[in-house]
Amino acid sequence: ISAVGAANAEPVDDELVINEDVEIVTKTDAPEHMEYIDEVMSGWLFREDDTRDMQRDDFDNPGMLGVEAAMETWDEVDGTAGKACSDCHGTIDEAQLAGARAVYPKWNENAGEVWTIETAMNACRTERMGAEAWDYNGSDMINMSALMSYLSRGMPMNVAIDGPAAETWEKGKEIYYTRYGQLELACANCHEDHYGDMIRADHLSQGQSNGFPAYRLKDAKLVGLHNRFKGCIRDTRAEPFAIGSPEFVALELYVASRGNGLSVEGPSVRN
Amino acid sequence: MKRAFTAACAATILALPVTAETIAPGDVTYEDGAVSTSLTGVPGNPEEGAIVMGTKSIGNCVSCHEIGALADVPWQGNIGPALDGVADRWSEAEIRGIVANAKMTYDGSMMPSFYKVSDFIRPGIGFTTKPLAPEDVEPLLTAQQIEDVVAFLVTLKEE
Ligand code: HEC
Ligand code: HEC
Ligand code: HEC
Repeated sequence: ISAVGAANAEPVDDELVINEDVEIVTKTDAPEHMEYIDEVMSGWLFREDDTRDMQRDDFDNPGMLGVEAAMETWDEVDGTAGKACSDCHGTIDEAQLAGARAVYPKWNENAGEVWTIETAMNACRTERMGAEAWDYNGSDMINMSALMSYLSRGMPMNVAIDGPAAETWEKGKEIYYTRYGQLELACANCHEDHYGDMIRADHLSQGQSNGFPAYRLKDAKLVGLHNRFKGCIRDTRAEPFAIGSPEFVALELYVASRGNGLSVEGPSVRN
Repeated sequence: MKRAFTAACAATILALPVTAETIAPGDVTYEDGAVSTSLTGVPGNPEEGAIVMGTKSIGNCVSCHEIGALADVPWQGNIGPALDGVADRWSEAEIRGIVANAKMTYDGSMMPSFYKVSDFIRPGIGFTTKPLAPEDVEPLLTAQQIEDVVAFLVTLKEE
């Protein structure tokens, strides 16, 4: 065995308590539907010490700047109806939407399809506020999405995969196991079969979504989940699906279900 | 066929010595995963092979394999086995087969098929996210690069 490479290839044994207050479950028994993994783990456990430390305190977490920006937007009137988010959902301190992030993506009865929390927010903007939809991957959307995560922080991910959502979940599962691109790699190759291993300089995690949006040190900004999916598929020398596409919504539901039981952690800090 | 013709023309213009005997990706014969015939008929250059294996933009084999002989290449991964002593475990023909298309040796292997051009799902142009027309797919490594890599790997003996 050579001396180079693969140092520190196991997840660390560490606990995450944010602001010495909010306890985060970063490791727990896998949900029943998981076939090949017994224990699910947050990506936080696979990051270096200094990256993990940034997430222990909101003052050190650069992703909190996005949350603060969204707190301002929350009270800003926009659109022809003359309303702000707070007019219908109360003040941030009332936290009426606490818990919402943990159950999204979720079946929307009226629309007859699975919605991400981004879809739900844009529906409020276009249908209830008479405002323009936010760009799915734009900073307004990502920041508000980070605020939604923040409001649910510490609550267990708990997306429903049965009933009317089952079909979308199956579709997401199929995508998860499809080997895309000229490198013919599926999500499962990296995040199910080889989490804990090193792929070049990258320490592979289980590719869980509970930390999103994530502040990526590499990009120096908050990154949405679909953008992460896009990057991972791009790296297989493939043409990814579009951000916000039905394929990525289905994949998000499936990936989220693989993390049921892990705490909502967003905005997380990742490299 | 049009494509083979274009490739042949391009090869003639470039006057590469290897063209006459180069076996196209679709014409390689695998026997239990092994490929006994050189893909080019031109002996591989082990030094070139080492460069192919250690360079991110070429073979990038080190992203999944540790290779003691390439100790100066940082960040070697551990998805696949360390390749030290690989020539004690496999013959040259078997190594050629694994490098050209590992899935012929290991069913469902995670290792990419480096000398294959068909049956990809949503292939993209490099890492651009742009779609690549199936008929425009080039193998990840050229026939001669495969031979160079094989020539390097057969030197990795420990016994
Ligand atoms: C070639 C390997 C590879 C493939 C294939 C791959 N990923 Fe990733 N993925 C990575 C690496 C490397 C990272 C960054 C380190 C980590 O968290 O694993 C990452 C990170 C992630 C993250 C962020 C995790 C966190 O906690 O920050 C998610 C989510 C993710 N991947 C989902 C997916 C999905 C879904 C697919 C399939 C569509 C996929 N990945 C395919 C390599 C891959
Ligand atoms: C005019 C009223 C109104 C405004 C303004 C409004 N919403 Fe909503 N919002 C609703 C209603 C009604 C629902 C649906 C509640 C339900 O179905 O349980 C909803 C649902 C949501 C949900 C899904 C909650 C869940 O538990 O499923 C989110 C997230 C959300 N809104 C965010 C926002 C944001 C962010 C803004 C501002 C950009 C906003 N809303 C503005 C009325 C409004
Ligand atoms: C994405 C990961 C990945 C990449 C990139 C990769 N390999 Fe592999 N390789 C593997 C895995 C995994 C195995 C083990 C076979 C299996 O279980 O599928 C393997 C096996 C091998 C073996 C047999 C090793 C033994 O000792 O039995 C050789 C030789 C080999 N690879 C050479 C290469 C070369 C040369 C390259 C680059 C041109 C390369 N690999 C790139 C994953 C990879």
